[in-house]
Amino acid sequence: MSQKSRTIFEKIWDAHVVAQEPGAPAVLYIDLHLVHEVTSPQAFSVLKERGMKVRRPDRTVATMDHSIPTVPGGYEAADELGRLQLRQLETNCKDHGVRLYGLNSEQRGIVHVIGPEQGFTQPGMTIVCGDSHTSTHGAFGSLGFGIGTSEVGHVLATQCLLQHKPKTCEIHVDGQLRPGVTAKDIILALLAKIGAGGGTGYVLEYTGAAIRALDMEGRMTVCNMSIEGGARAGMIAPDDKTFQFIAGREFAPKGEAWDKAMAYWRTLPTDPGATYDKVVSLDAGKIEPMVTWGTNPGQGVAITAPLPDPSCVASAQERASLEKAFAYMKFTPGKPLAGEKVDVVFLGSCTNGRVGDLRAAAQLLRGRRVASGVRMLVVPGSQSVKQTAEAEGLDRIFKEAGAEWREAGCSMCIAMNGDQIAPGQLAVSTSNRNFEGRQGKGGRTVLASPLTAAAAAVTGCITDPRTLIK
Amino acid sequence: MSAPQFTKLTARCVVLPNTDVDTDQIIPARFLKVTDKLGLGEKLFCDWRYRDDGSPNPSFILNQPEAKGVQVLVAGNNFGCGSSREHAPWALVGWGFRVVISTLFADIFKGNALKNGLLPVVVEPAAHAALVAARAKDPNLPVTIDLEAQTVAWPGQDPLRFPIDPFARSCLLKGVDELGYLLGFLTNVEAYEAARV
Ligand code: SF4
Repeated sequence: MSQKSRTIFEKIWDAHVVAQEPGAPAVLYIDLHLVHEVTSPQAFSVLKERGMKVRRPDRTVATMDHSIPTVPGGYEAADELGRLQLRQLETNCKDHGVRLYGLNSEQRGIVHVIGPEQGFTQPGMTIVCGDSHTSTHGAFGSLGFGIGTSEVGHVLATQCLLQHKPKTCEIHVDGQLRPGVTAKDIILALLAKIGAGGGTGYVLEYTGAAIRALDMEGRMTVCNMSIEGGARAGMIAPDDKTFQFIAGREFAPKGEAWDKAMAYWRTLPTDPGATYDKVVSLDAGKIEPMVTWGTNPGQGVAITAPLPDPSCVASAQERASLEKAFAYMKFTPGKPLAGEKVDVVFLGSCTNGRVGDLRAAAQLLRGRRVASGVRMLVVPGSQSVKQTAEAEGLDRIFKEAGAEWREAGCSMCIAMNGDQIAPGQLAVSTSNRNFEGRQGKGGRTVLASPLTAAAAAVTGCITDPRTLIK
Repeated sequence: MSAPQFTKLTARCVVLPNTDVDTDQIIPARFLKVTDKLGLGEKLFCDWRYRDDGSPNPSFILNQPEAKGVQVLVAGNNFGCGSSREHAPWALVGWGFRVVISTLFADIFKGNALKNGLLPVVVEPAAHAALVAARAKDPNLPVTIDLEAQTVAWPGQDPLRFPIDPFARSCLLKGVDELGYLLGFLTNVEAYEAARV
């Protein structure tokens, strides 16, 4: 390899190019392929049509998360179509010798939660999944990105993908977060700045003191939502926090293999002098708790700030987009969102369904009650998260406050399993997408941090969590 | 297994001006519990296309009489953002679309579309506005997309060149199947794996 200074992205990319013909995309090797029930059946069908087997079942891990019930009862609790899809994944995994975290597994959970939790996700890896939030795994200094079902078939068959090299963008977040402001607020603030398409064509690398100060869960939250800016992936260079998180997990390297891995992982961070195609800077100290008001994650504002006013926007296209969002969300332009009445609060998802997220919300809820008329649903990101939370007594805090405590799954993030809001209802959600109808047809979503979600649960309206932090 | 092909198309278009149309709007998640690709065209833009009682929403573009038989969708900026679901291009193709024209496509959507013979054509904002204006004047406006020449044209507009990944272009022109191409590298893959241990 050349002596040129390289970014972490370039190092990982270079190390995984198997072949590249002129005028063609690179044949990129994939170290870890995560699979779930919704985007894989048609890919397994392609293998079947061609009489092929999964080439590297040892590099393939499957879980059930999107359409599974979050109430006890296993397959019986799923609707018929969902059940068929789950059974199909089970059959496909059995036929191809793929490890599956099925409905009865004590470790199953959302694909992007269990990857890191079980130690599959490691620095320097290329990781893909038929799921756009695969960007989450970049928090470990890996290159993780979402793919379509045709590509799921390509990876199952060859362990490779055809990929064009994306451009790089540094997201430099300096300064220090103030109390009550979290990783979720960093990423929502970034998205409000660059917009829902602002990262298209780029791999983002998050750098700066505020990113270094985040724990691994916070880093995952940030990388998770890189896709909401259209970015191919989000990455954070690994450091001691990363290594400590991985050490001892079931599929982490052990003994000599660990030492060898560490030696490699330490070479990954971006070299001094390496350059990016673009740089965006944020000052963490100026970020406030954020909420989205519109119908894409780039339409966010500080909780104390007034919503934009379409009539003050010059570009006709942007004005039309704001007007459409206001028409759907039924909020008032120019007024802050705080005080808006809330029907449902959802705490969970691959963005904020980890134990730290549950702890933060529980701390605010302790000794308080969910406001009357508000439904709060708490869905751990994995069964392991659920067990840890229960061992700490967090479930009791939620239940005593009047919230529902569920089994792990994607649940109301995508509303495929019956956990959904009704038309017109307003949900404050710790998930990642506020698209029209995302949490149930006709439902309205405000994205926020676990603290802001808990504050909304307690007061029954959108509330700055800093007013409630004890 | 036949790989999708695209050479040249002249067809009528409809305009969906909304920006940032996400794949949840193209095909809502509740229709993803399928294990094949059949019938997704029926559900395309479901929540915009049908009213709560299931009847067609007469003001939605696909329910207007001139939408019958169109094959080109003129979409707003950042079309196909959000979820990676390939069900989105499956639904668009299932409905009968063969081309989407926009000023920007989300990355994953663009890749998924190309793999299903749905051509994403990127044009400059000025050209996009001109096309929308021309379509407003003539609901039967024919649009011609020539992949060989990499151009898009309509009456009153000389052929405009659009960018496209040369590899995807040649796959579509020749009907090359990408998985077949990848399988041709298996010896390289084995060598790569052997060298890494
Ligand atoms: S929690 Fe939501 S965003 Fe995350 S994988 Fe599940 S459905 Fe996708």
